[in-house]
Amino acid sequence: MINMQPYQNPTYFMLIALTLLPIVIANLYEKKIYWYQTLISFGFLLLSFGGIKWHQGIALIVYVIFEIFLIKLYFNYRSKSNNSWIFYLTVFVAIIPLIIVKVTPAIYGGQVSIIGFLGISYITFKIVGMIMEIRDGAIKEFKLGQTIQFLLFFPTISSGPIDRYRRFVGDYDNQLSREKYLDLLEKGVWYIFLGFLYKFFIAYFFGTLLMPQVAQNALTRGGISWWLVAYMYVYSMDLFFDFAGYSLFAVGTSYIMGIATPMNFNRPFAAANIKEFWNRWHMSLSFWFRDYIYMRLVFFIMKNKLIKSRITIANLGYLTLFLIMGFWHGITWYYIVYGLFHACAIITCDAWLRFKKKHRQQIPSNRFTKAFAIFLTFNTVCFSFLIFSGFLNTMMFHHIMK
Amino acid sequence: MKEKIIEILQDLTGSEEVATNLDLNLFDTGLIDSMATVQLLLELQTQCGVDVPVSEFERSEWETPNKIIAKVESLKA
Repeated sequence: MINMQPYQNPTYFMLIALTLLPIVIANLYEKKIYWYQTLISFGFLLLSFGGIKWHQGIALIVYVIFEIFLIKLYFNYRSKSNNSWIFYLTVFVAIIPLIIVKVTPAIYGGQVSIIGFLGISYITFKIVGMIMEIRDGAIKEFKLGQTIQFLLFFPTISSGPIDRYRRFVGDYDNQLSREKYLDLLEKGVWYIFLGFLYKFFIAYFFGTLLMPQVAQNALTRGGISWWLVAYMYVYSMDLFFDFAGYSLFAVGTSYIMGIATPMNFNRPFAAANIKEFWNRWHMSLSFWFRDYIYMRLVFFIMKNKLIKSRITIANLGYLTLFLIMGFWHGITWYYIVYGLFHACAIITCDAWLRFKKKHRQQIPSNRFTKAFAIFLTFNTVCFSFLIFSGFLNTMMFHHIMK
Repeated sequence: MKEKIIEILQDLTGSEEVATNLDLNLFDTGLIDSMATVQLLLELQTQCGVDVPVSEFERSEWETPNKIIAKVESLKA
């Protein structure tokens, strides 16, 4: 059987265009054909997780059954009582598979865990979000069918954007008016074409044409060189356009299906500080971390009056958030340093914002300071991506081997 | 209730504008961040008696003083 990874080649897009056509027509007549939607979802999942990747398909099925069973169990428990330890335990059990998948390569020298599959982290984020909302009493009903549709929604399964259960189910159950659907359809098609430009032209130029040459030159020079600086910018551009392009495909496809999956990027390089950057970069992930880790931790500390100083609480929250994000990217020194770097950057940013608030009269604020702020933020971010790229690691090994 | 909420917001943001411009976007202007949001939720809990869990907090529904007032009043009712 053939295997096809999402949004990689023209055939995949042709298939999307063809198979989504009945959904488009139905929506224009203000109808939903749920059985057909489920059928093509299944088809696309089979395409990505079947054939030579069949073992990933098995892992996915086992994982989803296990997690849905866990969610249902917790939902039943929560409708009767609400013990904090049971909640922590449930969250922990839910992330065990992800932990195994992340830790295995670190222990066994890069070997991939057999329980892993493409997109396991993104499904795990959705599940943990659900468990937390069940705990808060925000999810009042457990719907098996919708939960499966939500977790396995094929346009976003491999790399997000990370949707929220209540938002998704709202869209899934609701029939849009023709006018509203047309608006969504138009945007969806536009996003997919913008995605082509981002991924297959701009990211191709930076990542495939420029990057290997620049990397080679930086390695030959060794140490800090202009080539290394060039690598930093080329890598950052490739990272953004590749991921933003992919995200546009995922969001565009969702829109065509009548599901308004949240956007992932909002001109991140126009951010005037690091805090703003995280409101614009990989938004569905950073908002997930903000809502489910940072805010809940801060809430817990403040409510129980564990720490007095608000500044200390905020900084502790940032450190926790970015360390977890670092470890989530993978257990290597450069991902963890990347996390720490951003924690320090945002702590510094907060301190500066407090200082600025106090000395509002003395500090100039005009077009030039704004431009300088954007320039500084852009370079800080690009430097963090250089750490993230792992290229410094490659350079070190290259040096040792010589 | 309205006065109380505005007072909480003034304390939280250190800004007088929240009392004069009730349609001021608190997040876009940077007056409130995630940290301040949590403080706001805790203040609303102790001073107004409304219990809002973090996961019920949808930014777009709480972004101006007017929206916060309306939200609290609807939760009170």
